[in-house]
Amino acid sequence: MIDKPSASRTILLPLAVVAVLILVWTGVWKAGIFHESAFPSPLAVLRGFGEEIRSGRLFNDLITSLFRVSCGFVIAVATGVPMGLWMGQRMAARLAFLPIINFFRNLSPLAWIPFAILWFGVGDASPIFLIFLAAFFPIALATMAAVANIPSVYFRVARDYGLQGFENLTQVALPAIMPQVVTTLRVAAGLSWLVVVAAEMIAGRDGLGFAVMDTRNGLRTDLLVVEMIVIGLIGVVIDRLLAQLTKIPSVRWGYER
Amino acid sequence: MSGKTIQLEKVCRSFGTVEVLREISLDIHRGEFVAVVGPSGCGKTTLLNLLSGYDRPSSGVISREGHVRMVYQQDGLFPWLTVEENIALGLRQIGDEKERERQVAEMINLIRLKGFENHYPHQLSGGMRQRVELARALAGDSDILLLDEPFSALDYLTRLRMRQELARLLRERPRTVALVTHDIEEAAQLADRVIVLTERPAQIRFELSIVAPRPRDLTHPEVVGATHRILTELGFEHDAEGIVASAAQT
Repeated sequence: MIDKPSASRTILLPLAVVAVLILVWTGVWKAGIFHESAFPSPLAVLRGFGEEIRSGRLFNDLITSLFRVSCGFVIAVATGVPMGLWMGQRMAARLAFLPIINFFRNLSPLAWIPFAILWFGVGDASPIFLIFLAAFFPIALATMAAVANIPSVYFRVARDYGLQGFENLTQVALPAIMPQVVTTLRVAAGLSWLVVVAAEMIAGRDGLGFAVMDTRNGLRTDLLVVEMIVIGLIGVVIDRLLAQLTKIPSVRWGYER
Repeated sequence: MSGKTIQLEKVCRSFGTVEVLREISLDIHRGEFVAVVGPSGCGKTTLLNLLSGYDRPSSGVISREGHVRMVYQQDGLFPWLTVEENIALGLRQIGDEKERERQVAEMINLIRLKGFENHYPHQLSGGMRQRVELARALAGDSDILLLDEPFSALDYLTRLRMRQELARLLRERPRTVALVTHDIEEAAQLADRVIVLTERPAQIRFELSIVAPRPRDLTHPEVVGATHRILTELGFEHDAEGIVASAAQT
């Protein structure tokens, strides 16, 4: 087992990298390689943060985007996991659906934007639909693979100890696939966060993606950087939150073997 | 003690065109410990699957009295359950929660894993995991214990210790046992009767009773003698006279 690095190093080293990045940023800005209006200074971005906090607009956009991601993601989990369970257990279902699911998984959800607008207009429904498309297929596929790979010995043990019907699902299949499902949820949540920004840029009147387009139109590159930083940080926070699921004792076994 | 718990009559099992078992007839009596040995791939596990009722014979008759539990070759513990929860699986029929907890605690004491109740299988050593498997299988009121090479993944010393452990547990919780193994020593040390199978299609090549009371030492003359006889029969040893003489002297 490798020793855990000390807490101070896990904080200081990444901070040093960030500090270097800001220095390079400042240097490029000072050198005047890009026009002032195309390259904001770190200080201007800092002032931009203050402006956004006072106006509260960015906060509202953030809540809007988070709401849409949550809706699309929850719908994708609620449908994708059962779909994967079904396909994992039934060879016929797998044969029938696997090619089409693979097709849609490889079709960027962004290609659906025109139809999303035509069908659902600009509002909450279009981004939610697109997030659902981004998350559903990977979740269904990974759940399917996880179910198909459950060691058969678990079901034999379940039979020896008198587990019946539905108990095989709730007490054997689901706990057996939890580690892989949690990993997939993290991947799918990351995808959803990427997609919501793109979806709102085109099919939105609010949300972080719309905010990006709107500030671009207003030529406020300082605020643009503020938004980029917020989008990236929130994505990290979402992943860290979902990563907490891997620490649940009955899930952790999947990561320690 | 003489009731027949499992009875096989001219049992055959083929998979497609591959004949795995040919006309196996075998009675296992209540409380008896029968070990089945044979070359790898000869159909030992197929036989065990028939004994457990998991698989059905192509022809022949199997009758079985009592509830069967099996300890598997690979990790059969549920990795998402703690030691305590895994053992409690074996006590599902007990409705009263207090009583169930009491019996789980008793089993944990019996396998000497007090303090590890809330550990997960991946936090235990291979030997400890197999002890939990045995406890789970022996908890509650099953009648027949089937063991599919339960110690084959363990190192030699742990394997020796697990044999002692199994013999000790069976003294506390007697069961009718069928053990499938490729370890001839293990069979001779643990079993009342050793059944030696031929290559596939497996038939009973010969069987051997060991009358010395269990638990026995690995170097008990009867164990040594039985090991020698089985090895000789399988063509691994030739000096039949010498070993029998030396066993007789002790």
